[in-house]
Amino acid sequence: MRPEVIMGAGAALALCVATIIAPWATVMLTIALAVGLTVLGIVILLRAGQISFGHGLYYAAGAYTVAFLVNARLSLDTLVLIPLGGFVAMVIAIAFGFFAVRYRDIFFAMINLAISMVAFSLLEKLYHLTGGGDGMNVARPTLGGVRLGRVAFETWMFYTTLAVAAVSAFLVARYLASPLGKALEAIKSNETRLEYLGVSGNSALHIAYAVSAALAGMSGAIIAIVTGHVAPEFAYWVRSGEFVFISILGGSGNVVGAFAGSIVFEVIRNYAAAFAASYWQTILGLSLIAIIMFAPDGLTQLRLRRKVRP
Amino acid sequence: MTESLVLEARNLRLSFGGVKAADDASLAVKKGEKVAIIGPNGAGKTTFVNLCTGYLVPQSGAVMFEGRDITGVAPRRIARGGIGRSFQLPQLFLDNTVIENMLLALAAREGIWQAWTPLERHPKRDEMFDLLGVIGLAEVAQRPVRELPEGMRKLIDIAMALALKPRLIFMDEPTSGVSSKEKFAIMDTLIKALKYNETTAIFVEHDMDVVSRYADKVAVWSGGRISLEGTPEQVLNDPDVRKNVIGV
Ligand SMILES: Nc1ncnc2c1ncn2[C@@H]1O[C@H](COP(=O)(O)OP(=O)(O)OP(=O)(O)O)[C@@H](O)[C@H]1O
Ligand SMILES: [Mg+2]
Repeated sequence: MRPEVIMGAGAALALCVATIIAPWATVMLTIALAVGLTVLGIVILLRAGQISFGHGLYYAAGAYTVAFLVNARLSLDTLVLIPLGGFVAMVIAIAFGFFAVRYRDIFFAMINLAISMVAFSLLEKLYHLTGGGDGMNVARPTLGGVRLGRVAFETWMFYTTLAVAAVSAFLVARYLASPLGKALEAIKSNETRLEYLGVSGNSALHIAYAVSAALAGMSGAIIAIVTGHVAPEFAYWVRSGEFVFISILGGSGNVVGAFAGSIVFEVIRNYAAAFAASYWQTILGLSLIAIIMFAPDGLTQLRLRRKVRP
Repeated sequence: MTESLVLEARNLRLSFGGVKAADDASLAVKKGEKVAIIGPNGAGKTTFVNLCTGYLVPQSGAVMFEGRDITGVAPRRIARGGIGRSFQLPQLFLDNTVIENMLLALAAREGIWQAWTPLERHPKRDEMFDLLGVIGLAEVAQRPVRELPEGMRKLIDIAMALALKPRLIFMDEPTSGVSSKEKFAIMDTLIKALKYNETTAIFVEHDMDVVSRYADKVAVWSGGRISLEGTPEQVLNDPDVRKNVIGV
């Protein structure tokens, strides 16, 4: 884990310096770090050789949890709202998990897609509850009990998000190196053997699924607070695809990759959109091709698994 | 029931399409026995192992383990219940090192539901190095399994089953892929390891020298059932067996 710690600490320091030198980048970097949390969740599933094309659901669950709570005028603090977003997403994932973790590979990916699309259409259709396609605004909550002005709030949200990201990355790294994390890897490498060791692959995946949803939920919660708005698009499959895209961009070999990938993604999106408005997706696509060709460490994790008859 | 039967398979039947892979197969095994299963290719030996370890569910019949009915129970529950197995084609975590494979087996036995201490720092990891030493694989402990020859993989496969400390172990052709020179040495260590833990063993074997030397009892499979059962001496001298199984 040591190189990861050094890499992570170095990256965190570089980001802090960046926000001081270029304060206008603060919000962009906060968003990138927050999205990185969802990507970290995707990376966990990649360890088991599984991808979800529906994690937008858990991202949206965290975001809408914050929107509802803030609009209910409960005056909850940011530091309460973020874990609550993660908690609600996790509870939903535990429930759907009983169904989803029985599947593998393309079926797992598609089940997640299907569940998230149901959520997307509900967010759109239940207008009186969710504001429909327009979504909901989220008034700025207090942060650490203090009501801050916009600039101060943005600065402190950056540090808050950085802290959440750092703690999450550390805990996930511990998890992935632990017996439970190794059992998760075993799903990808040989689930037959795992079962004959007396371990349920489904249960190991269920736990991973819940953890990854909790991360996505915190991620959505932070985005809702920082941008002050939530919309059904959070649960849309394009968003979910973006998360998978970023996880491949960053590589799933270590926990820092998730955040590196999402920062690169966010920067390309911002600048490509500014300088080549109609081509930014082309640029993203080309960069992904380059990654796959020259640094395929993320993609190799997606090897299709063949069942071997013992 | 008679004195401490560890395994009792009763009239197992299973067909794949038209193929009767198990056709009224029955076998009783006593505590501490080493039973060899022999028979021509496609006789249903592996199918029998699969039926007893939960990989396949019989269409009729029952499997009793220490007096409890385990028919149709999931493999992982059977494994937790005390039956280990190795495979005809080794089932390993190929991208991991030998010791990582073993440590996962150790953690599976000692409690896998733990997400804080790294697996490689498992408090009982020395036990796995010892086990590798016993079967002569200490030197390759840090090598990725993928790089090792088939014979070694078979041993690792068996070692992972042994790491669970099962009371009954099935081994599907433990010495295939091992040169005939090494076979006896390997079987000697395996049998020693089994004796140590009082493990009952059922092994599928094609090498009659191995069978006659290590088995207490031999069951001859043909067409999904046992056609003959007895001591190695009785069975290996049977004219039918000599003609159809041994091929002399
Ligand atoms: N999953 C399966 N689907 C279809 N047919 C199967 C399956 N498993 C086994 N069979 C068939 O059942 C019969 C018994 O197979 P089994 O693998 O048990 O034989 P075996 O005695 O282990 O042979 P070998 O010595 O070659 O390992 C064979 O005809 C085989 O083709
Ligand atoms: Mg076989």
